[in-house]
Amino acid sequence: MSKKILMSGNVAMGEGAIQAGCFFYAGYPITPQNELIAYMAKQMPEAGRIFIQAESELAAINMVFGAAAAGARAMTSSSSPGMSLKQEGISYIAGAELPAVIINVMRGGPGLGNISPAQSDYFQATRSGGHGDYHSIVLAPSSAQEAYDLMYVAFDLADRYRNPVIILSDGMLGQMMEPVQLSDKNNLKTENRKQKTKKWALTGCEDRAPNIIRSLYLKEGALERLNLVLQKKYNLIKNKEQRFEGMFLDDAKIILVAYGTMARIAKSVVVKLRSKGKKAGLIRPITLWPFPDEAFKSRHSAVKSYLVTEMSYGQMLEDVRLTVNGSRKVEFLGRAGGSIPTEEEIIKKVKSLMFKV
Amino acid sequence: MVLRKIYGHPKSLRNVSTHYCAGCGHGIAHRLIAEVVDELDIRERTVAIAPVGCAVLAYDYWDFDCSEAAHGRALAVATGIKQVRPQNIVFTYQGDGDLAAIGTNETIHTANRGENLTVVFINNAVYGMTGGQMAPTTLLGQRTATTPKGREARLQGYPLKISELLAQLPAVKYIERVSLHSPQEVVKAKRAIKEAFKNQINNEGFSLVEILSPCPTYWQMSPSKALDWIREAMIKEFPLGRIK
Repeated sequence: MSKKILMSGNVAMGEGAIQAGCFFYAGYPITPQNELIAYMAKQMPEAGRIFIQAESELAAINMVFGAAAAGARAMTSSSSPGMSLKQEGISYIAGAELPAVIINVMRGGPGLGNISPAQSDYFQATRSGGHGDYHSIVLAPSSAQEAYDLMYVAFDLADRYRNPVIILSDGMLGQMMEPVQLSDKNNLKTENRKQKTKKWALTGCEDRAPNIIRSLYLKEGALERLNLVLQKKYNLIKNKEQRFEGMFLDDAKIILVAYGTMARIAKSVVVKLRSKGKKAGLIRPITLWPFPDEAFKSRHSAVKSYLVTEMSYGQMLEDVRLTVNGSRKVEFLGRAGGSIPTEEEIIKKVKSLMFKV
Repeated sequence: MVLRKIYGHPKSLRNVSTHYCAGCGHGIAHRLIAEVVDELDIRERTVAIAPVGCAVLAYDYWDFDCSEAAHGRALAVATGIKQVRPQNIVFTYQGDGDLAAIGTNETIHTANRGENLTVVFINNAVYGMTGGQMAPTTLLGQRTATTPKGREARLQGYPLKISELLAQLPAVKYIERVSLHSPQEVVKAKRAIKEAFKNQINNEGFSLVEILSPCPTYWQMSPSKALDWIREAMIKEFPLGRIK
């Protein structure tokens, strides 16, 4: 058994990435993800991997494009304004079907906003973000431990589907220190082997026809064919890769829906309500795309309403509404711009709703 | 009598016709690169990055591994590939808009890091793919779709000499400006391209060859007049020779 150590979420993601076989990292400083780039600057060269401080977020994501095209497990990280800059690159990565991992330690927006935690980039992450009909797989950890563990999942999913994977974290999770149980599993050796199995990668055309990495399809019908291939892949991901955590769903009358930092607060609210005999439950999506609609299947027959709580003004709310599709009431409580809904505010809201139902 | 083959189709160039206009320089530049890659015997470890611009389809013409890159980001993509696979020979092929306007930041910083890469920079003083708009290298007085009265220093600034700018950087190994306006100059251009590839093979760092290349279509000239224009106008602004 490996050791348990205290680390910030940012460091946990860096260490998790290295253990998961990340061979190439390029990043650009931005608060509140700076502990991550600093950790990679020190640890990647020590582990015999590549670290580059890029001249911009644009350069960083395109370096990741190149490293991924060459067959390496590649990653970049940023925070909200920097993520906006990366969107073009992510669209190209999706179009060229390259595997890559991108971390967003979200902060308040719009514009330069502030450096406090927020969840206002949900739309950007789950609705393509860049141009074109594509999806990134989006994973949302809610602790340093889960952030660490999800790095393995992120790289595996990226490789399996040749698709960008976004880790949607926030400034709270990034900077809060928590104990993390490190894994014994070091993927580097198996990854080195796997690199050789990436038959599409740019390695030089010895003993094979030349490979081309592209997202440009000018001939009539060719781009539609690519899009149909992508849509088929997205449907497969929707069917196979939904992840969520459920609490007290069987008899809950009201179910809170929250992810990331917000889910930590919502969980605490649900525990408090249960201790007072109130039938509350929690759905915590771990994959934001694909959205875990399986969590909302009608087996929770007692539920009268859902309460979505977010550190935004209602972004995941739209997915919950689409999923519930009018069969139950969907209520909302959110604050953003660096403010976080408190337990008291949520409990007050739940009580008003339970009184109504 | 013994027959000796002295000229043939390069192995690194597919035997297909290109989409380029009559009198365009891209076909010559593609061929020079293919000949150099064959002569240095590096085809099987070469990776090219095609730009966004007229040469976006270069991977349909070269017969080795190729990647596209977003507009201006070729050198970031090349950095990622070369860092992961230093044993490969990685080069970018970029136009003036790609390398010296939207991608200036990547160009300067890749050169400043001294990445062991080769850059072939096609300067034809105009945006071709999008319909003949002003490029950073458009000459003063030159008419384009976006400078209908001719480029004016007061309004659009001066032709950007990116090669001279890059030559200031200590990590840059080699920069030369060549031209395609005559057979003699084409021979010199090939020599410079070969030097830039040899530097990478010998791990000597960042090398760039700027090629003045005709665009008869958007210069609105006949192919032969376009070559004259390079000789008479372009070379005055962009003098040929080794810059570093």
